[in-house]
Amino acid sequence: MTTFRAAALAASLLGLAVVSAPSGAQAQGLVFLSTQLRPIEEAQRVRDLLLKGAPKTTFIVDEPSAFAVRMKAELDAGRHTVSLVGALHGELQPLAPAGGLDTVDDVAEKVKERGIPAGLMELGKFGGKSQLYIPWMQATYVLVVKKDALPFLPAGADVDALTYEQLAQWAKAIAEKTGERRLGFPAGPKGLFARFLQGYLYPSHTGSTVSEFRSPEAEKMWIDFKALWAQVNPNSTSYDFMQDPLQAGEVWIAWDHISRFKEALHASPGDYLVVAPPAGPKGRAYMPVVVGLGIVKGAPDRAGAVGVIEHLSKPETQLLTVAETGFFPVVDVKLPPDLPPGIKLLAEGVAKTEHAKDALVVLLPVGLADKGGEFNKIFTDTFQRVVLRGEPVRATLDAQAGAMRDIINATKAPCWAPDKPSEGPCPVK
Amino acid sequence: MSLGRVDAGGMTAIAKPPRARREPREGSRLLPYLLVAPAIAFLALFFLVPLAQTVLLSVTADGALSFGNYARMANDLNFAAAIRDTFMLVVAVIPLQVALALAMGVMLQKLGRGRDLVLWIWTIPLGVSDLAAGLVWLAILQNSGYLNSALYGLGLITGPTPWLNAETPLTLFAGIALAEIWRATAIVLVILVAGLQLIPKEFGEAADIFGATPWTKFRRITLPLLKPSLQSALILRTVLAFEVFAAVYALGGRNFPVIAGEAFIWQSENQNYGVAAAYAVLIMAISLAATLVYLKALRTRPETLP
Repeated sequence: MTTFRAAALAASLLGLAVVSAPSGAQAQGLVFLSTQLRPIEEAQRVRDLLLKGAPKTTFIVDEPSAFAVRMKAELDAGRHTVSLVGALHGELQPLAPAGGLDTVDDVAEKVKERGIPAGLMELGKFGGKSQLYIPWMQATYVLVVKKDALPFLPAGADVDALTYEQLAQWAKAIAEKTGERRLGFPAGPKGLFARFLQGYLYPSHTGSTVSEFRSPEAEKMWIDFKALWAQVNPNSTSYDFMQDPLQAGEVWIAWDHISRFKEALHASPGDYLVVAPPAGPKGRAYMPVVVGLGIVKGAPDRAGAVGVIEHLSKPETQLLTVAETGFFPVVDVKLPPDLPPGIKLLAEGVAKTEHAKDALVVLLPVGLADKGGEFNKIFTDTFQRVVLRGEPVRATLDAQAGAMRDIINATKAPCWAPDKPSEGPCPVK
Repeated sequence: MSLGRVDAGGMTAIAKPPRARREPREGSRLLPYLLVAPAIAFLALFFLVPLAQTVLLSVTADGALSFGNYARMANDLNFAAAIRDTFMLVVAVIPLQVALALAMGVMLQKLGRGRDLVLWIWTIPLGVSDLAAGLVWLAILQNSGYLNSALYGLGLITGPTPWLNAETPLTLFAGIALAEIWRATAIVLVILVAGLQLIPKEFGEAADIFGATPWTKFRRITLPLLKPSLQSALILRTVLAFEVFAAVYALGGRNFPVIAGEAFIWQSENQNYGVAAAYAVLIMAISLAATLVYLKALRTRPETLP
């Protein structure tokens, strides 16, 4: 890995010298604006390695907020400098109703044989008929298991296809036999626990994030989850990155974003398994973090942008992408054996998740504008009230559903998957 | 949040300049005002303006004047807990800190050689940032921390014992209080040491002649003459205690909500600046009230000072 890093550093330094030279002429060519791979080293790897062999491109990056402002400004002015955009699904979505994205059905046709899963391609249509972006790369959340936990796996359970019920039994068995509660969640101040609640627990049990928030299924789910919490490491409310308690040995089974496991898996890949998240009655919900490539309507160089998309979705470019950035392929490729072992483990975990028979894709919240934080708070508050404070489930759900309705109505956000598309604001039943 | 500066004026009680005996000449009358003008301008620009903006922000919801932000703050899940925890911490920590600082200050007076070295060591925590102090104590108290290692080495525990989570509220509170005492006693000590040095030695010598015990001397001479310094120290320390945040955040995270921490969460995570501003105004109100209480309760008439 050190040689890999040194090589990357050398490459980025070299790239810096090459790319910084012709800055004056940049405005003319094909400009590719991305909200992802912003760190300077990653951006350099895109320029030097990932875009090698693509039509001549100027790759520039910007913060999501600046991205939104720039796209709106160019659209309003009718003068476009950017041809190609690379951003998260939720960042691209606001561009669609404003007419900022060109249809890319022709590109979809061209990359058809690359084997991008239909579910991911669907996302690129934002619920409409035509393709507005082509999936570029992805990340997600997984369950990491320390091999020490395997002897306690309940009989008949497949570690690659767990259910929430089995996870609870497993955690209970570990707690009873080792005297320690070793299931962990990142419920600390910087942890991503809200994503677990809204993207994994809720949809697995109710098939919904918003509409069924206070349904009878949700009520039962919370009662079960409260019981499960008795087997969860009590320090979970302080965990931010699950790699830390995993490495300290405090936790044997942990849920988190793949990038927050990297260090543990890199340090001792032989100790861990990366498996799909558990399934509930409504399926194995998982939240892909999809990065898409869209072409701006009125792009100065549409043909070039199409060429870049084709290049980036080539299997060999996708493999280079995972090795260089840790973002996983969206196309159907076999990962090479020489991936860093930690990334390889994660890649296998991601593949198990997506290809699970009962997989249920859940989107990151969309259309909530600046209320995303308060939307997350609904879930963590509900957790705090029901699980940590032991308040009655039904009354808590009713109260929190009111708060959720306020946010949805204020932003007029329509439903997103797996909730059924809605006319107007997504209803909280 | 930067309210701590306001009461720095209280410090002047320690080193009160002797009152000018003669009337200054006409021309130099303006000079003092000119000299303080930059400081006033600085404070107005970087303190009063943001303060006014914060207050305005806190009473603005959806572009209209309203107390909606305050209502949301008061109805929030963690509001009551944050108020309770902050006050509990203030009530537990400050008396202990004052007592400790008094004892340390009086002991320092008795030292001859090495006094400066001891003072220097005692004030080291002053130079450590709040968050770093919190992390130091986290390294001691966490599951795999030094405390557990020591207890395990002594055979007192059989495995990692958690001290800092929601299921162990007592040790969590004790840990945070300990970190706060360690971190912030020095500021009280420094003020009290300065005050102790202002007490003329003659009073003590006179008391000795009358055969006063050390305890009587402490009660009848040291404490009353130390009142202005105590007032400054209490005001400064209490205001800072109501703003306590980083050390608590490091040790308790979400398990121990405090008022300033809630302001931070509303600002950074929930991205609702209005409610965050309401919390900031609340902290200011509490701090002002505490300051007024101290000013009233520990008032010293100038003629009682040496």
